[in-house]
Amino acid sequence: MFASLSERFDGIVKNLTGRGRLTEENIKETLRAIRIALLEADVALPVVKSFIQRVQEKALGEKVLNSLTPGQELTKIVKDELTLILGEATAELTLSKMPPTVILVAGLQGAGKTTTVVKLARFLKEQGKKKVLVTSTDIYRPAAIEQLATLAKQTEIEYFPSSTNQDPLSIAQHAIQEARKLSCDIVIIDTAGRLHVDNEMMQEIKKLHAGVQPTETLFVVDSMTGQDAVHTANAFNDALPLTGVVLTKTDGDARGGAALSVWETIHKPIKFIGTGEKIDQFEIFHPERIATRILGMGDIVSLVEDVHQKIDQKKAEKVAKKLKSGKRFDLEDFLEQLEQMNHMGGISSIISKLPGLGSVPKALKEQVNDKMFLKMKAIIQSMTIKERRFPDLIKGSRKRRIAMGSGTEVQEVNRLLKQFDRMQKMMKKLKKGGMMNAMRQLQGSLPPGGDFNLPF
Amino acid sequence: MIKIFKRKNKTQETEPVSVFDKLKTGLRSTRKVLTTPLSDLLLGKKTIDQDLLDEIETYLLTADVGVSVTEALIQKLTKQLKAKQLNDEAVLLNSVRSYLESLLKDVEKPLHIPAQQKPFVILTVGVNGSGKTTTIGKMIKVLQNEGKTVLLAAGDTFRAAAIDQLKVWGERNNVPVVAQQPGSDSASVIYDAFNSAKARGVDVLIADTAGRLHTQSHLMEELKKIKKVLTKIDESAPHEVMLVIDATLGQNSLQQAKQFHEAVGVTGIALTKLDGTAKGGIIFAIAKELGIPIRFIGVGEKVDDLRVFNASDFVKALFE
Repeated sequence: MFASLSERFDGIVKNLTGRGRLTEENIKETLRAIRIALLEADVALPVVKSFIQRVQEKALGEKVLNSLTPGQELTKIVKDELTLILGEATAELTLSKMPPTVILVAGLQGAGKTTTVVKLARFLKEQGKKKVLVTSTDIYRPAAIEQLATLAKQTEIEYFPSSTNQDPLSIAQHAIQEARKLSCDIVIIDTAGRLHVDNEMMQEIKKLHAGVQPTETLFVVDSMTGQDAVHTANAFNDALPLTGVVLTKTDGDARGGAALSVWETIHKPIKFIGTGEKIDQFEIFHPERIATRILGMGDIVSLVEDVHQKIDQKKAEKVAKKLKSGKRFDLEDFLEQLEQMNHMGGISSIISKLPGLGSVPKALKEQVNDKMFLKMKAIIQSMTIKERRFPDLIKGSRKRRIAMGSGTEVQEVNRLLKQFDRMQKMMKKLKKGGMMNAMRQLQGSLPPGGDFNLPF
Repeated sequence: MIKIFKRKNKTQETEPVSVFDKLKTGLRSTRKVLTTPLSDLLLGKKTIDQDLLDEIETYLLTADVGVSVTEALIQKLTKQLKAKQLNDEAVLLNSVRSYLESLLKDVEKPLHIPAQQKPFVILTVGVNGSGKTTTIGKMIKVLQNEGKTVLLAAGDTFRAAAIDQLKVWGERNNVPVVAQQPGSDSASVIYDAFNSAKARGVDVLIADTAGRLHTQSHLMEELKKIKKVLTKIDESAPHEVMLVIDATLGQNSLQQAKQFHEAVGVTGIALTKLDGTAKGGIIFAIAKELGIPIRFIGVGEKVDDLRVFNASDFVKALFE
């Protein structure tokens, strides 16, 4: 998400920074460009209007016009305003002092409620070490209850069964009782998708809310939602005292307008975002970081956190120890590293968080994709253990066998070996010259094209 | 309990209402509070000037029509305004309407199933949560009303309980469902279903697939594979690749349409969830850029709320 909006902003900003002076005319021109970029990103029209107005007021002030670097000054204003409409500060989930904390999840059909329920439960279980119970009150959509049951089982989360001939409120109340019995910290209640104009269904969820008095009432929004986001968010917010928003399907190429509209419309913070089909692809939402990402300044903080959370520390230490003790870095270790990278959402996820994203040529971005790593994995996995430990053994006929086994070409096997060779040399330097040196080396080994700079 | 039964009964009762009325009532419920209809905007305006054109622009943008189509229309209107061709609001409204209708006229092509093509294979594709399975459920009814026999293929082997969901639709309509275990190969399920449809002499095979974001290249490859496998049985299959688009989504739907079209050659579109306040304006841009026929629109939760697309009704509902 946000990538193409980020590209657009990058262009607009670059156009500005080159200028020594700004006139009212070219500020207006810039604002027009920003307006179109935001509208094409599905930001709600009322939000776009007030955003542009605020930026304009500030930009036409003395400070910008008289500044030596007016472009940078304007960029800063835009960034500050972007952060503002994304909700300023990171909002945490509130937990009740009297467990179990009840979380109610609501939204339109197909927004991703059920997946969100399970992702959130897993997140609270893993990160917060909480005991979580989930239940479904969706008695309408065929097999909705089974969907939650299956996912809960796969994720090893407590599940309270329900059936289509029960009343939603009674299901929820019984689930809370059960949670007390099992001394769960949190109960998450899934609800049926409903249209905000469907009175009967809105009454039902109001009743459900009044009956279970949840600490958190989360509204689930598809990040690809268009201008209608304003209407639905308003209607749900009027019907229920929402406490936060979850933005789903952000791994697509939607420009994330809904994210920019929600806070400004209902003043409820986005608390989490869903970032992929896997259950662990779920993150806390950080408005400031996203604003920087949209402006092409990267999101290093999230990247570092990813490294901490998703890299298996034990395995990483094992490799480090091995290197220290003077042993060689072999292809087994290389494979390990590829897998770790996969855990972090793959190379494309990592790249999206690096600064200067907008200036990386598209061709390069396409070149460095996750497929490339899948191939590399396949090649290594087609080697014998002996070959992985002693890559020098791999000559003509072995190469042909490996290529056959991994469904690749001999040239690709060669390329991998060359890359590995470079990496091995780097590891040696790492032992000798420390981190900085090694990083410089690594930068040299990236494919050429553009000023692709690593943030070190 | 009683309330639930009431609701379910209500769901099954069906009174045929015209598509236009249905769209109108869907919009009317909230329209008063949320937006002023365009016709009201224009009604009683004495002067037709740039300000009014700006209001039209705003109106279209909030209906998700998008910048490029809106700009093209506004440019046209501005030209007419300068040439003094827009004398009163009726002329203006007509000009707006005829432009938008002209974009949709060429894609107003209902799904035609030739009797000699047996089984006719419909492959349903789309992003997660767009309403594929529900659309299939409703499509069964449309086909059965035409006197066709139907078989379903549970090709969504990825999402939890998706197979069960399709089976429920099958049971409700007395239609057999070919399914395998969750996690099995989608292409092989659909391949088997095709063979089975042939053996049973069924008229139409509808294949469900897992929702996928168009940016997931490996999942798009999977779709290509499904299509390839089908051609092994019948060179001409699938006879319809139907893309299901959620009307509440914005400009991204154009990207979806482009990517799915590039991967598997979309031959028809179903636009769902038009019963809320969303107007599905992105369909204009999709029609303008890709020219893919629009087959159905989804206007409600009832089984017969899948309607054949009609360009002038759609444009009318956008305004009134």
